[in-house]
Amino acid sequence: MLNSSQNISLYRRLTNGVAIGLISLGALIVTVPLFLILGTVVYRGMGGLNWAFFTQIPKPIGEIGGGMANAIIGSVMLLGLASLVGVPLGVGAGIFLAEYGRNKWGNIVRFTCDVLNGVPSIVIGLTAYALVVVVQKHFSLLAGAVALGIMMIPTISRTTEEVLLLVPQSIREAALGLGIPRWRTILSVVLRTASSGIVTSIMLAFARIAGETAPLIFTTLGNSYWNINLNQPTAALPLQIYTYALMPYDQAHQQAWTGALVLISMIMLTVILFRFIASRGAIKGNN
Amino acid sequence: MEAGIHVKDLNAWFGAKQALFNIGMEIPAKKATAIIGPSGCGKSTFVRCLNRMHETLPDTRVEGTVAIGDLDVYGKGVSPVWIRRRVGMVFQKPNPFPTMTIYDNVAAGLKLNGFSNRRELDNVVERSLKHAALWDEVKDDLKKKSGASLSGGQQQRLCIARALAVEPEVLLMDEPASALDPISTAKVEDLIFELKKEYTVVIVTHNMQQAARVADFTAFFLMGYMVELDKTEKMFTKPSDKRTEDYITGRFG
Repeated sequence: MLNSSQNISLYRRLTNGVAIGLISLGALIVTVPLFLILGTVVYRGMGGLNWAFFTQIPKPIGEIGGGMANAIIGSVMLLGLASLVGVPLGVGAGIFLAEYGRNKWGNIVRFTCDVLNGVPSIVIGLTAYALVVVVQKHFSLLAGAVALGIMMIPTISRTTEEVLLLVPQSIREAALGLGIPRWRTILSVVLRTASSGIVTSIMLAFARIAGETAPLIFTTLGNSYWNINLNQPTAALPLQIYTYALMPYDQAHQQAWTGALVLISMIMLTVILFRFIASRGAIKGNN
Repeated sequence: MEAGIHVKDLNAWFGAKQALFNIGMEIPAKKATAIIGPSGCGKSTFVRCLNRMHETLPDTRVEGTVAIGDLDVYGKGVSPVWIRRRVGMVFQKPNPFPTMTIYDNVAAGLKLNGFSNRRELDNVVERSLKHAALWDEVKDDLKKKSGASLSGGQQQRLCIARALAVEPEVLLMDEPASALDPISTAKVEDLIFELKKEYTVVIVTHNMQQAARVADFTAFFLMGYMVELDKTEKMFTKPSDKRTEDYITGRFG
């Protein structure tokens, strides 16, 4: 009886047990840093959470109190604007790569995306500085959004390409066979089939840029006061955290921890919200 | 308009490899014509040339003439999209759109071509599903369940309903029952029997009993050539070509 467990040798059961143990340990170790970071941020940041943090702008250096309301609004605007730049371009490039990119041009775009993905974020900040700040002759929210938008493109386009290629060829053929034009097939059938994967790719890119500080230093610059003008320097959470963390005051450190907690929470809430919206569009009874 | 299919000097290639050689045949209107032959003989490639699906694969080429009624399929300025609306296709593996409901699957051909009259769509969906003998099984779940949630046999009938909804003149079926269990196969075969009263049906099959059961005419393909086309009874009793006889008596293939 090949399948009877009594006859499986002790050696095989032992190796099986050891292997499962090692794999589980590996999985555990991977999750530990995340929970350490989350735990520390929550533990240190909770203390500074109060109404003022969300409603007031920073107090002058050395004074107790104040908040990061301007940085929170600034980050929301910055990330929204960056997504307006990065999502259409990234998804568009991904569609090109998957549907029209099985050739030399596709290879060029693919290579460019991979290189862009490896470019240090501060260099992308400098690029936006040259493209926007130098032209406008001053720092601005817009310049930061351009930098972050560019950073989103490679992640979104390469992941979008991957998920589009996972859509079976037979689904495309079904649509073409019905006399549906190719562009319509791609938009209404292929993209729709891959939509949850594309949302994931956008969320990955979003989460990645939301915490970026370096590309903002030369572009958005930061601001101690309210600003909602896209053409002016603006406060953003990562910049504010960075500034406060470098200050020699406990009060500033507390604000930085709380800022980090708020930033992480914002990212998590956005991801959960978009997943919820994306899953509401799906229909029941799917495999 | 009787939509018989006239094929003349049809050659097709995958890259440098020629898959079809000088095919010439007349497929009669409103009959079922079966294409049989061993694997790799060009059966599927042949039907995919009839609605210009062959050219959607990379690095492929077609030469020759195909006419459906008086429509020149490979004529200058003839859009493949337009051809495919007149020539429906059912594939080997059921391929419903997984993110669409049953209703949307059937309506897809019309909806995605810009047709949006709700009442008219409701009618088309009901008529097509009844035509494909699926209506009674799904009528309560039309807008609730995904096309992918049905069983394999139901999915294939859904795909047939989807093809019928755009009101084609010709229906191409590429081994429509080869992935189905015997009961589902019998249902699909009954359906083909009904469909051929209104449509010109071309069915590729590996299963010779199936060809004998559903087809009025049968063509035998071998290594990219069409060996013989005749009435089905004659093909299976007194074929003119020795190679046909060898194949249907099971001496090869």
